[in-house]
Amino acid sequence: MIVAGVDIGSRGSKTVIMQDGRMLSYSICETGPESAKSAYLTMNEALKGTVLSLTDIEYVVGTGYGRVLIPFANENISEISCHAKGANWFLPSVRTILDMGGQDCKAINVDEKGRVTRFIMNDKCAGGTGRFLEVMADVLQVPLQEIGPMALQSRENIPFNTICAVFAKSEALSLLKKGTHESDILAGLYSAIATRCHNLLKRISIDSEFTITGGIAKNTGMVKTLEDKLGMKALLAEDPQIAGAVGAALFAAERLAAKQKQGVAS
Amino acid sequence: MIVAGIDMGALTTKAVVLKDGEVIGQSIITASEEGEVQARRTLEEAIKQSGITPNDIQYIVVTGEGRKSVSFANKEKTTPTAISKGANKLFPSARMVIDVGGESSTVIRMTEKGGVEDSMSNDKCASGTGVFLETMAKLMQISLEEFARLSLQAQKKAEISNTCAIFAESEVVSHVHRDPPTPKNDVIAGIHASIASRIGGFVRRLGIKEDVVLSGGVAKNAGFARVMEEELGVRILIPQEPQLVAALGAARIAQEEMARKKTS
Repeated sequence: MIVAGVDIGSRGSKTVIMQDGRMLSYSICETGPESAKSAYLTMNEALKGTVLSLTDIEYVVGTGYGRVLIPFANENISEISCHAKGANWFLPSVRTILDMGGQDCKAINVDEKGRVTRFIMNDKCAGGTGRFLEVMADVLQVPLQEIGPMALQSRENIPFNTICAVFAKSEALSLLKKGTHESDILAGLYSAIATRCHNLLKRISIDSEFTITGGIAKNTGMVKTLEDKLGMKALLAEDPQIAGAVGAALFAAERLAAKQKQGVAS
Repeated sequence: MIVAGIDMGALTTKAVVLKDGEVIGQSIITASEEGEVQARRTLEEAIKQSGITPNDIQYIVVTGEGRKSVSFANKEKTTPTAISKGANKLFPSARMVIDVGGESSTVIRMTEKGGVEDSMSNDKCASGTGVFLETMAKLMQISLEEFARLSLQAQKKAEISNTCAIFAESEVVSHVHRDPPTPKNDVIAGIHASIASRIGGFVRRLGIKEDVVLSGGVAKNAGFARVMEEELGVRILIPQEPQLVAALGAARIAQEEMARKKTS
């Protein structure tokens, strides 16, 4: 049984191909202006890692912000459910998930089967999202991949009292002019974001079996700051960015199994 | 009796000098220096116009976000208090003020005497503020003056569903790149509507009370003012110098303080 999950996020498009509960291949691409094109792009990328073609995939579930625009998906499911299911597949003990994506931030509680029991999200403000970090990397003229480790070198945490990207941008610029080191600015920003995430998590229940998913989970500086703020270690999936796509693929497998059962019965 | 009011805004500082209740000097200076220096410069500028000397000023009240950095004032007052007092002087019929400044927006419901009944403000994020507007103008490479003019010619308002400046930016970009592109006028009116909807939320939470006055730098944007009127469904009064309302209010408070001192 070969299935796939496709997660079209606001910034990244991800595909996971699974066979009988095992991950065969996955891909992460940048989301372009057209979701359909991004969907083909990420799917083809993932197929490259296998001997399969799109027609071999028996069931596709789409998720993420662009999920309704995936031409080859059999069905679409909300990213909250998919993230929960995907995180549970990677880390079955996890009960609290902080998903930090390109344009939103979600706090999710899951049960032992990976079902969502509570969730809350911020999608009204760019503060603490991937977009925010992109803006800051741009202001500081540091490549996005480097802003994580760089913050770990900070010696002085500069307090930011806002995580509005617009205000933080002008604050960062004036700090740069004063000669403040980029790493200290980043550390200050991460600390402000961590406070914000902590407040989001407080509104659900914070369990010690805790994970961070989404693209930002790959930012070592941000993860460390969050761990310090929460006073606990985050369990991290092998690739936290694909949790949503994994969840979608798992749903695809369930749907296909149910269909086949129905087919046999009738 | 000569008194002064200073308003330490995020992007500009303002000063008003009053002699027996009449304005004899005023100034608006872009903030570029440390608070205390900036405040002195602004006040000196207003004094120059009024034909008095600094020693003639008997009492100074300072307001605005940066008020704590001014050591030479006799008293400091919160921004809503100063705005209400200023608006009341300009429009005695005013019962509500919407102040849209550089980095904040404040809505105040006031008493007939110009006291604050209730107020709400946003200074944590750029949504609904002057900086939001500046960000969008820069993105579209259109001056703020043009922004006001073009908005007035809009056929309809483009849908901009986000009030967050960063997210709204992407929406504006997609309007501009759409095939066919959304007319510029409509995009700008949509941008104004985003600010108006954020502020409209504050107004409704406080309960609208006429007459409504619009103050702060963004009040100079006639395109925004019209969209704000449409959002609220009421006529809005705009002072000639909307940026000076808080400084004027601070000066009025200074005057009252002096009068109180004299009688006691």
